[in-house]
Amino acid sequence: MPLSLLKYGFSDRFPAKFQFTPTKNLKKHYDVVIIGAGGHGAAIAFYLAKYHGITDIALLDRSYLGGGNTARNTAVIRSNYLTPEGVRFYRESVRLFHELSNELNYNVMLEERGQLTLACTDAAIRSFRWRAEMNQHLGVRSELVDRQMVRELVPSLRMAENGRYPVLGGLWHADGATARHDAVVWGYAREACARGVELHQLTEVQGIDIQNGVAKGVRTNRGDISCGCVVQAVAGMSSVVAEMAGIRLPIHSYPLQAMVTQPYKPMLDPLVSSPQLHVYVQQTSRGEFVIGGGSDPYPLYSTRSTLEMKETLSAAILELFPFLAQAKVLRQWAGITDMTPDYSPIMGLSPVENYYLDAGWGTWGFKATPICGKTMAQLVATGTVPDLIQPFELERFYRFEQVNEAGATAASH
Amino acid sequence: MTVTRRLSAPFGSQLDRKQTFEFEFEGKILTAIAGDSIASALAANGHWILSRSFKYHRPRGVLSMAGQDANTLVRVNGLPNCLADCTLVGPGMVVHGQNYSGGLRRDRMALLGWLSRFLPVAFYYRAFYWPRNAWNIWYRLFRKVTGLGAIDPAHVAPRHDKQYQFCDVAVIGAGRSGMQKALAEAARGRQVLLLDENNLMGGSLRYTRASVDAAAELRTLEELIDAVSREVHIDVMTSAVVNGLYTDRWLSAVKGRRMLKIRAGQVALCTGALEQHALFHNNDLPGVMLGSASQRLIKFFGVRPGQRAVVLAGNDQAYGVVLDMLDAGIDVAMVVDMRQHVSSEERCIAVRQAGVEILTGHAVFAAQGHDHIKSVEIRELNADGKCHGPTRSVDCDLLAVSVGVMPAWQLACQAGAELVYEDNNAAFSIRGLPEGVEVAGSAAGVPSGMNHPWPIVAHPKGKEFVDFDEDLQIADIINAVNEGYEHVQLVKRYSTCGMGPSQGRHSALATARLVASETGRTVAETGVTTARPPFAPESLAHLAGRSFYPERHTAMHQRHLQAGAEMLPAGTWYRPARYGTDTDTVALEASHVRKGVGMIDVSTLGGIEVRGPDAVEFLERIYTWVFRKLPIGQSRYALMTNEAGVVIDDGVACRLAENEFYVTATTGGVDNVFRKMLQWNAQWALDVDLANVTSAWAAVNVAGPLAREVLQAAGTDVALDSDAFPFMAVRIGQLAGIPVRVIRVGFVGELGYEIHVPAHYGEALWDALMEHGAPMGIAAFGVEAQRLLRLEKGHVIVGQDTDAMTTPAELQMSWAVGKKKPFFVGQRSLQILNERPDGRVLAGFMIGDTAAPMPKECHLVFANGEPVGRVTSSAFSPALDCVIGLAYLPAADSAPGAQFTIHCDGGQQVQARVAALPFYDPAGERQKS
Repeated sequence: MPLSLLKYGFSDRFPAKFQFTPTKNLKKHYDVVIIGAGGHGAAIAFYLAKYHGITDIALLDRSYLGGGNTARNTAVIRSNYLTPEGVRFYRESVRLFHELSNELNYNVMLEERGQLTLACTDAAIRSFRWRAEMNQHLGVRSELVDRQMVRELVPSLRMAENGRYPVLGGLWHADGATARHDAVVWGYAREACARGVELHQLTEVQGIDIQNGVAKGVRTNRGDISCGCVVQAVAGMSSVVAEMAGIRLPIHSYPLQAMVTQPYKPMLDPLVSSPQLHVYVQQTSRGEFVIGGGSDPYPLYSTRSTLEMKETLSAAILELFPFLAQAKVLRQWAGITDMTPDYSPIMGLSPVENYYLDAGWGTWGFKATPICGKTMAQLVATGTVPDLIQPFELERFYRFEQVNEAGATAASH
Repeated sequence: MTVTRRLSAPFGSQLDRKQTFEFEFEGKILTAIAGDSIASALAANGHWILSRSFKYHRPRGVLSMAGQDANTLVRVNGLPNCLADCTLVGPGMVVHGQNYSGGLRRDRMALLGWLSRFLPVAFYYRAFYWPRNAWNIWYRLFRKVTGLGAIDPAHVAPRHDKQYQFCDVAVIGAGRSGMQKALAEAARGRQVLLLDENNLMGGSLRYTRASVDAAAELRTLEELIDAVSREVHIDVMTSAVVNGLYTDRWLSAVKGRRMLKIRAGQVALCTGALEQHALFHNNDLPGVMLGSASQRLIKFFGVRPGQRAVVLAGNDQAYGVVLDMLDAGIDVAMVVDMRQHVSSEERCIAVRQAGVEILTGHAVFAAQGHDHIKSVEIRELNADGKCHGPTRSVDCDLLAVSVGVMPAWQLACQAGAELVYEDNNAAFSIRGLPEGVEVAGSAAGVPSGMNHPWPIVAHPKGKEFVDFDEDLQIADIINAVNEGYEHVQLVKRYSTCGMGPSQGRHSALATARLVASETGRTVAETGVTTARPPFAPESLAHLAGRSFYPERHTAMHQRHLQAGAEMLPAGTWYRPARYGTDTDTVALEASHVRKGVGMIDVSTLGGIEVRGPDAVEFLERIYTWVFRKLPIGQSRYALMTNEAGVVIDDGVACRLAENEFYVTATTGGVDNVFRKMLQWNAQWALDVDLANVTSAWAAVNVAGPLAREVLQAAGTDVALDSDAFPFMAVRIGQLAGIPVRVIRVGFVGELGYEIHVPAHYGEALWDALMEHGAPMGIAAFGVEAQRLLRLEKGHVIVGQDTDAMTTPAELQMSWAVGKKKPFFVGQRSLQILNERPDGRVLAGFMIGDTAAPMPKECHLVFANGEPVGRVTSSAFSPALDCVIGLAYLPAADSAPGAQFTIHCDGGQQVQARVAALPFYDPAGERQKS
């Protein structure tokens, strides 16, 4: 029994401590306005407050704390990307995740259970070799494994020797992990609020005040705010919010769906994905199987879920784990992914002065939360773009310098 | 024992009393009557504990008796998480409880209940992470105890399938309002599909007691069923659970081992209401159940839910429950009515007249008992709904709770509607349904008077469960709010309230009330609940149906198998990789092509017909090269880029007539190419007709110095000599009596003819070529030999030698990009990219050292310790007698003769030398001969 729980048990009254900003009016001015109180927004606020002494921050959300894609993603953390820029960035994120519970004094439940991506074609083997070689060079635990090793890693997997999608090998990423997505945003927000950051939920930004190309404030449903600078961190709505600032982003937004089963006794430890079948699965420590796949085929801003996607995911997962036929789906849902042409995020400066972008997070936003928060805070505080995120600036598209991760995303979140 | 619990007919409408059989529960043999659910059979045998709860391992029994709660999840014949109150008992069925250690009655894990004070809401966020990485140990422990049922890894699911249905009106729920709705629509001549999750129509008419005169209710039921049965426009489907209502009235339902997908012109939701529980100490004790559950046990299964009952009332419906109990011979010790006054409704009067003690203005403060209720503690309610005063204890073995209902909101909310609550009278309604969807009956709303506004009694010792699935008590909800998780969605996420198997059916309302009260808002402002599909848990077997991952076979597939080919998946197709398994098979096949003649099945190549007045204009825009001046009867290499200038496909465009082109595409790329073509032309609106004819054509590439002789021998009206039929020409004619399109191409670098025939001639063509080519020693070759041959020739394979960034210039293929065209997709990007000096180049390389390990595709090229490129193709070339390959290199270091280092498996370093392309026959004389 951990000590921290004993103190709750032996106190007469539950020592509930209000963790966020109590409801109050907006101030007229803040040094920093962050649009979007998801994982990223809260992380930026936290790192600004703790490491840069900037606490006069309004963290705004049109709905509730972490209610957007932070609540909807399937909580996969990995760094087995393809480009050196991408691998370095996500590798640092994984490192920060390992320290996060202690940094925030909030258990984000990081579980390093490893991720196995399956290859059913020699083309997949080739691309996995590319990733493994690049990852190993950059110090990420990632290796191309053969059938025998796949069998040992996931004994319950159907190898389908003579099936439609025979498992030929896989990409084993020992650093692959999950964390409790909600805990990440709550932990960041709590620690930010403890340092004076103001969290305002149900506060919708309806316009950006720009004068002579400089961001001066935001207009909200609860009144106008002037500010020193604005950071947008609104995955799923990036283009719409940027449009308010007159910025056009190279983003198409697609729904991404997932579903979850009833809880069963944990039996599958690693995260398993099959790009060929467009499906991935992980069993949470509550015992639920979380199953996801690729984005919907056409752009849309609706978070409705479809029967067809659920049927497709179910058929696909049964190819890998036929015995899951007995598992029952409890819930399905969708989030909106902002897809960039090169499957990498857009971070950093924008054409509008004092307006910072944290956008284009497609299907890779959650796993970048800590490093994104840290580097964006550094940018906001110092005005200098950190080396780690320099490659992801919006201007790369103007210069045709893409950071192409197309080969490392798809259904392998 | 059994005799006293079972009631005789007319009770037990579901039972077929002529048949009884045995089943096994927790190792004990018990008797059931045909028609019994597992839960009812167990109740009849005096077994009330069905499961152990998720967190504290508390004993749990029947709550709703309608499959709406997680208490009844049991293991049936090895399958986990089956609803005991919905699953019919079968002869010899083996049933086990779940989530316990030791025994269902004596669960060692129940100790956790005593520790509950140390496990406050969201306790796992507060601890287990010190020292750093401690969670790595803890989570493994947690994973040993979490979850409910255990998955059987050896399970093989029986066949499940799917069926499409169409109807004018789909009526969900065959209760009173559903049947009335169906009859009304049918009377208007519309085809109605009436669905119900139960095996019999009737809904709540079958188990509730709406009036004193039970016989009159029964007559109403029979009349309605009779009318529905006689109506030809109504299709009745019972035992069908409608799980999803998606956009445009697209319904999914599960019946037996089948999933129905129903498109309805109109949807009427007559799904009834879900009875809600009250909150008090030990409200989860077996023997405490909803009033409707006790009625279902009595009326459906003829099982007496108890001998001596207390009824907790918050509305008049509770008195109907009492009347049913009295009819069943149950001693009703007391009605505890939370209202100050009992209404003058006839059922209430009847109960009073029957001499049952009614205590108004009181509430159940606690239920007592170890693993079954033994008594209730009752206290008076004060004006603000709190208990006070002395406790009165009443012995009983059943506590039925009827304090309120909610409309079955799930399907309506899935369709985008909102469940609206009115605080002043605790009434519900549904708002904002999309067009074509309506609600009727209790699903449309619950009127004032049905719901007690505050059936919540806090206890100093807690254990008043808000959410049974997650073992959440009042304090957990309150504490979540007080910690700042005030938004109802945050409360749910933080406490996990509503996330369990019953998806908040019995916890959403209580949670909203507690949150509203704690934050000083109304329930309406707080928002009660939302819903996502499915309504009821649905198995992956149902959703998946029959596995359908089609394999595409070419017309010559059988010939390949007969020849001993090893088949290789290529997109959705299968292609021969090689004919034989010897180590030198591929080399032999290749050598046949180089020295004599070989043939390969290329039917999987994409084929797209582009026809119409704007056909040329269309190709000019889609592909990089120029086609305007391409003569009829000629073909030309066609390279496709996307908007970013990245190579996405290649093929050959053949001009068959002024306005007719036949364009080939790669096997894996054709579907995307065709989709892109359609997409672009939707914008351009050119006068052109596009058709993907890939599977309409079979094709064979005959290649090698003797290729011409083979065609000649097969007999053809096409003039084959090089002047009449030069390299890259296209001819239409006959070959071996088969209508053919012949393209003179040179992918493998030899004299070659690609012969395209309608797919049904494919096998005949193959046979004819084999037969007539025999004197020339023709032999089939597979994809692996083709890859080797094309590599020797320096041809790229899009997808293998290109990646998501590759431009034509990087492939040294700028020659295939028109310089003077006004436009093509990707042109602007390429113009900008070509200005950039520091690009990369796909270069050929050779490895002289025969002892060096062979690099594999995607091994990296290093310079000064940093990766600067990668190998995309590599193979041992018999023609050149060394390892050759293609690799991306920095443009500056890609001059022929330059040396570079490749890191192979295990970090072994190999020196390679850049070689000019093509490796083989640089002048291209052989393919033009």
